[in-house]
Amino acid sequence: MPEDTQIGGARQHFPTTRWSIIERTRSSQAEERQRALDGLISAYWKPVYKYIRLHWKKENEEAKDLTQEFFARLVEKNLLDRFDPSRARLRTYLRVCVDGLVMNEDKAAQRVKRGGDVTLLPLDFETAEGELKELPVAATADNPEELFSREFARSLFGLALERLRSECAANGKTIHFQLLELYDIEEGGRQLTYEDLARWSGIKTTDVTNHLAHARKEFRRIVLAELRTMTASEEEFRREAHTLLGVKL
Amino acid sequence: MTRFLSDSAIERLREAADSPYLTGTRYRLVDKLGQGGMGGVFRVEDTALDRQVAMKVISVADPDGTGCARLLQEARIIAKLEHPGIVPVHDAGLLSDGRPYYTMKLVQGQRLEERVATVPALSDRLRIFLRICDAVAFAHAHGVLHRDLKPSNVMVGPFGEVLVMDWGLSKLVAEKAESSVSQSAGLSPKKLGNTATAHGTVLGTPGFMAPEQTRGESVDQRADVYSLGAILQSLSAEASPVPRALAAIRKQAMAEDSAGRYQTVTDLATDVAHFLDGLPVSAYPEGLVTRCWRWIVRNRVWILLLLAYVVARALLIFFRPR
Repeated sequence: MPEDTQIGGARQHFPTTRWSIIERTRSSQAEERQRALDGLISAYWKPVYKYIRLHWKKENEEAKDLTQEFFARLVEKNLLDRFDPSRARLRTYLRVCVDGLVMNEDKAAQRVKRGGDVTLLPLDFETAEGELKELPVAATADNPEELFSREFARSLFGLALERLRSECAANGKTIHFQLLELYDIEEGGRQLTYEDLARWSGIKTTDVTNHLAHARKEFRRIVLAELRTMTASEEEFRREAHTLLGVKL
Repeated sequence: MTRFLSDSAIERLREAADSPYLTGTRYRLVDKLGQGGMGGVFRVEDTALDRQVAMKVISVADPDGTGCARLLQEARIIAKLEHPGIVPVHDAGLLSDGRPYYTMKLVQGQRLEERVATVPALSDRLRIFLRICDAVAFAHAHGVLHRDLKPSNVMVGPFGEVLVMDWGLSKLVAEKAESSVSQSAGLSPKKLGNTATAHGTVLGTPGFMAPEQTRGESVDQRADVYSLGAILQSLSAEASPVPRALAAIRKQAMAEDSAGRYQTVTDLATDVAHFLDGLPVSAYPEGLVTRCWRWIVRNRVWILLLLAYVVARALLIFFRPR
């Protein structure tokens, strides 16, 4: 997505002009609508699946069906058109929609199983299921909002890291990303000194400092850009930045 | 395929996303000291001067520039207040990640509430309180309200120096001063005026905030008087019983109606100083007998000397050989 890399200049790294995903899903152009939905699904499908598994304690197969059905309904019933950013965050709205879907599941025994003539989204449920095993046991005890918020942060940060990885690779800065991965993501990475990182990467310590700072700056920029697309108003953007990045604005 | 991020990895990434981008500056990041309402405060090394300073940087997202305006306002306000009780600003600018910052003296010491735990004597605590009043009165004299005075915003250094910190909610009172700051910052006065209560938020700390500030009304220096009264209350809470005159000072400083409070910080400080010196305080009118007794106690040395002299003269007269 080349337009994503153009956000911000030397003095303006806070994206302010990108359309929000909500606006784009209401676009008159089908292609634009589809791209927006793809973006929304890529950020939200794992949180939705894990939320159904952990909070609603649904079995693997049932959670897969419900996740597929949720996104299908989102499109077919134009659920995003009913979203009012002045009343709730998009994240909360989607979670409440998931709750509604699951709660109605029993009485909707006649619910049509997705499949056959219906296109299933290519979602990697095996990976998501594997990630559930990595979560601490206490994760299931979180209140619904916290659980969904945490999984959304995990999904968004994961997407941002993938984008950072590909941008770094494209710009010949793979080492920048590797340093971030080693120092900020790997368990025990913070126990390494910059001198350790310099020896590991074969560059000078000052370069480690600069490369790591660059990767962190780019990560922040990408997270904010993604967050911008996932929110419908400035106020929601602020609140989400507070929730996801732990900063108060 | 996106990799799985553990909860601790997410926390580290959050921290990484918040760290300032210092490449190309004279500063090198050491660690994070704390997080305020508007931004983070980091310990950085000033490589040009080979010293550590504190750097306040706005938090990551500032879509409409409100946070930027507030941080610059804060830096410029503090820079105007050159006083030993106010932490000095060294530098301000814009990082290449687009975030504004300013650096200030790195204060080594304890927060007031930690420090007073090691200062049992009420008189010593009141002397610290008077130093706080000095700094706030100085700010008021320059048209600046603090609006968030509380024990955690006061640092006491190892040599007893008292510093009033965190002027993030401070406000220039004088219209003239406000417009001059906003013009030099390249900001419209309207924008600057709105920043303090952006998004309808009431700014301040419950328990230390004047009632009119809690209600979101406009405030003047008497709001800071109220907050100082609350600090005085916290400093003297352990005194038992609280001397009546001191209780009266606290009560007047924290009057519900601002018209009933001390009208200036100097008035409040004067009463506290009088209390320390054993002099009458304006908040606690005394009867004639009490005033006489206080005068006697205060001048007991002279009175005893005079009495001794009179007795000696009387004895000399009585026993004088006839």
